[in-house]
Amino acid sequence: MEILSPLWLSFKLSIIAVPLLLLTGVPAAYFLAFSKSRFKHIWEAVVSLPLVLPPSVIGFYLVLLFSPNGYIGSVLKSVLDVQLLFSFPILVIGAVIFNFPFMVNSIKAGFESIPAYLIEASYTLGKSKKETLLKIMIPNIKPAFLTGIVLCFAHTVGEFGVILMIGGNIPGSTRVASVAIYNEVEALNYNAAHFHSLILLSVSFIMLLILYTVNRKYKGF
Amino acid sequence: MFEIKLKKRLSGTGGDFDLNLNLSIVEDDFISLFGPSGSGKTTVLRCIAGLTDPDEGFIKFGNKVWFDSVKKINLTPQERNVGLVFQEYALFPHFTVRENLEYALDKGQDRKIIDELLYISDLKELSDSKPQRLSGGQKQRLALARAFVRKPSILLLDEPMCALDRSTRRKIQIEILKLYKRYNIPIIIVSHDMTDVFKLAQKTVMLENGKIMNSGTFSEMFNKESDRKSEFVGEIISVQKNNGIYIFTILVNENLIKLSVSDNEIENINTSQKS
Repeated sequence: MEILSPLWLSFKLSIIAVPLLLLTGVPAAYFLAFSKSRFKHIWEAVVSLPLVLPPSVIGFYLVLLFSPNGYIGSVLKSVLDVQLLFSFPILVIGAVIFNFPFMVNSIKAGFESIPAYLIEASYTLGKSKKETLLKIMIPNIKPAFLTGIVLCFAHTVGEFGVILMIGGNIPGSTRVASVAIYNEVEALNYNAAHFHSLILLSVSFIMLLILYTVNRKYKGF
Repeated sequence: MFEIKLKKRLSGTGGDFDLNLNLSIVEDDFISLFGPSGSGKTTVLRCIAGLTDPDEGFIKFGNKVWFDSVKKINLTPQERNVGLVFQEYALFPHFTVRENLEYALDKGQDRKIIDELLYISDLKELSDSKPQRLSGGQKQRLALARAFVRKPSILLLDEPMCALDRSTRRKIQIEILKLYKRYNIPIIIVSHDMTDVFKLAQKTVMLENGKIMNSGTFSEMFNKESDRKSEFVGEIISVQKNNGIYIFTILVNENLIKLSVSDNEIENINTSQKS
């Protein structure tokens, strides 16, 4: 089943990247939604950068950072004797970076939609910020989480430019479905390209359909 | 015993003004903060609850200081044990009626109070319903009951009945009195409705533009003839002329009032009133 290997790699990448995005994205979204810091707008701009940067720019800087002579790459090389560039783990790092604004902005919008009085009611009932976040805020913004998760999952499966630059095209390691399609088209192997493309198209469509169906049923506050 | 002294700069529709309040509340006092909207009533409640910081002043409960601008003490809302009922009810939509009450329980607190409050507030039958299925009156009863779960040191009610019709309003007033007598907790109610003030509170504090204009019992404040004329704000619905007398039909607080006005009197009405 060698032909399925790129698809499996794509899904594996998404399945690992999405929980990492949730772990990093929720605190960032909470900060951006509720912080009264004067510098918040700067952080907002930084978080949203990957939305507007060409993938090649993100890829270029990641290559610079993680190459054996780069800031991070040289440390990893000397301390742990690992080289991340052109391996699966760098794809995970890349996926977290280029998906970060999708996750953060979705959840931030959810946090901002919660009426202040619900949060204040929880505080006056003696509940800490953490308890309020876990028991009141997160359960009430499930659609925002669903949006973030689906967008990041689909975007990871679909990303091409960054992945090609930092991961290369190594079968079984970094040749994800989007890169495999490019490869097959280059080789004029249209049948294999069709196979991967149709699966990606169907999966993406089904995921978005689920997202919109579920969110349509959800009533706001 | 509560001692409250607050100063805060507020901005209203008519420009900035200073909230300046000095209030002491003894155990089981029922005080109404009465006054036009935008006079700083809600801000007073928010300052007591710890949701808004005053610019200056102090809030003391017994020997415990909740806020002191000089000593830089400012307890969080969580540390104050205040019951606050919001205008918007602030019920948690993902919890059932029972879960909304249970959420308010302190760690290790006896759960008996949940059933007791469900019973007193007549919500037992609805304990498994979500708030969105409740009527306005039921939502308000739940919000009230939830504020009593922790047996707070003080209960703050922010316009608790402004969205309710008159008959529901009356029921909630009775409900508030019932809970007040049962748990003996001092209450401050913010309202701009005279019946709330008259029926509920023992003492009324009249706030205008952030300042206390008057305070005392209802009869002290409103029954002194020399003090104030009766004042109503209404809308003229129709004017009919009958045997030389004009009959004005005026809508005042959902009530129609018929007022007869003679030819001489009509001369004295100025145009803004005529509209």
